[in-house]
Amino acid sequence: MKFKGKVWKFGDNINTDEIIPARFLNTQDPQELGAHCMEDIDAGFSKKVSKGDIIVAGKNFGCGSSREHAQIAIKASGVSCVIAESFARIFYRNSINMGLPIIEIDDISQIKEGDYLEVELDKGEVLNLSEDKHYNVQVFPKFIQDIIKKGGLLKWVRRKRGKG
Amino acid sequence: MTITEKILLAHTDKKSIAPDDFIYAKVDMALGNDITAPIAIKEFESTGVKRVFARKKIALVPDHFTPAKDQKSADQAKLLKKFADKHRIENYFEVGRMGVEHALLPEQGLVMPGALIIGADSHTCTYGALGAFSTGVGSTDLAACFITGCVWLKVPISMKFVYYGKLAPWVSGKDLILYTIGDIGVSGALYKAMEFTGPVIHDLPMDDRFSMCNMAIEAGAKSGIIEPDGIAVKYLRLVARRWPLTARKKILELKSDKDAIYSEVREYDVSKIEPQVSAPHLPSNAGPVSKFKNVKIDQSVIGSCTNGRISDLRLACKVLKNKKVHKDVRLIVIPATQKIYQQSIKEGLAEIFLKAGAVFSTPTCGPCLGGHVGILAEGERAIATTNRNFRGRMGHIDSEVYLANPAVAAASAVKGRIAHPDEVK
Repeated sequence: MKFKGKVWKFGDNINTDEIIPARFLNTQDPQELGAHCMEDIDAGFSKKVSKGDIIVAGKNFGCGSSREHAQIAIKASGVSCVIAESFARIFYRNSINMGLPIIEIDDISQIKEGDYLEVELDKGEVLNLSEDKHYNVQVFPKFIQDIIKKGGLLKWVRRKRGKG
Repeated sequence: MTITEKILLAHTDKKSIAPDDFIYAKVDMALGNDITAPIAIKEFESTGVKRVFARKKIALVPDHFTPAKDQKSADQAKLLKKFADKHRIENYFEVGRMGVEHALLPEQGLVMPGALIIGADSHTCTYGALGAFSTGVGSTDLAACFITGCVWLKVPISMKFVYYGKLAPWVSGKDLILYTIGDIGVSGALYKAMEFTGPVIHDLPMDDRFSMCNMAIEAGAKSGIIEPDGIAVKYLRLVARRWPLTARKKILELKSDKDAIYSEVREYDVSKIEPQVSAPHLPSNAGPVSKFKNVKIDQSVIGSCTNGRISDLRLACKVLKNKKVHKDVRLIVIPATQKIYQQSIKEGLAEIFLKAGAVFSTPTCGPCLGGHVGILAEGERAIATTNRNFRGRMGHIDSEVYLANPAVAAASAVKGRIAHPDEVK
């Protein structure tokens, strides 16, 4: 999988109430959730983001609730992938399970808002096209790569059940 | 091995496990609510699988936006009810017979030491208070578990927190956990298991232990756990659905080994800890209540899966008895379960709250996550016994939440500003 998009930058500890406020949790409709993505931290985010764009954030991205509305909202907003220094654990597993591409980079300080990144997920490569820089990506453990390759947890489970 | 590693190992077919191993573990109880279960149900149904793995091992609790706060919420809750009926899920709890999930499940005897429990709710880590491994997952995990009865997990390394000394008056489990999160930060235990121990912990009543394990997630942890002891056994005897003769012995044997490996051990002398308050907008912004005495409030909320239990309400009433809520403050009290609600009436607690001029509501997660029953307006400020004070958590994006224990929340409601319980005379 390969993505190219503009960077929208956020800080540390971006929580699930900021990604999708609880007042919108009475629906699962992707379009509706996508329209309110990041609303409480960056009003109008969903209007300015373009398909393929990339969220780049600091530590502990997605802390807080277990709501998968967060992944649904991010995907529906058009964001292709989230890069962070670290992810909160439930956000991490939900992204793997639901097929939202996430990438961990140790230090995001060199990436600026508005930069264009090219991400090659399979190779674990992130290239900053604006700066002509390359970043080292944390490689997923094999177990997790397997879930990603199968297309998410439910497909992985079906394969597993099929086998045995 | 730690108690966490032992429980996880017992739920796999492996001979040994170590931190960072990936395991595919059997689940004893899988929980969903009216926010997370609808997604899981849709995903489950999309796979075409006809039956759930075990109808007795699923709990569905419509607690977040119920009694349904609006049309869409009613539709979500209905999805749970329909699914529960179709699959004859025993542990579906209807409004009027329910409670906030993490207070309800232990009370219903659905949490036993050594069990592996997952819940599509981040505060599922609460059940570690009874020596279970429990962790919050997403709706997709829940859907997969409905099919397979299993969950994938990375075995967490454990961090040990030892508490010793003598608790000052009005200092509770809530204060210990706020203090601890203040010490290590909101990602201080990221991906790890927090094991709480020491003489202070093993003296704490169960309700305080639930508060502590409940907030392990606020330090980024996968789980929080306390080795079950005599106090846990006493609680379990009252609520357990089955009580085999060997239960007590087995429960008390469930412990970390002396040579268990921890990533870190932290010790706290609790004698120096005052009641804590966590300032906006992170649970880790903790400090002694005395530091916040000039902070005026518009609302005080006592309730939630963190502090809506009977001893929390008793504590609040100790402060509120024969007092009135400040004219500029709304005090909203929400017993966490129907049983606690009834008990509050029986003990005269409800009367104290009502006489003081408080709202006394049916159980709901309600305002904790900005759902309903007490949303904050622009610029308003609340003190709450809940677990998160993220920006906009309880309402308007420019509102504020301070976290505290029930006695501090009650004292603040009387004073109209953040106050130590001793200030209410």
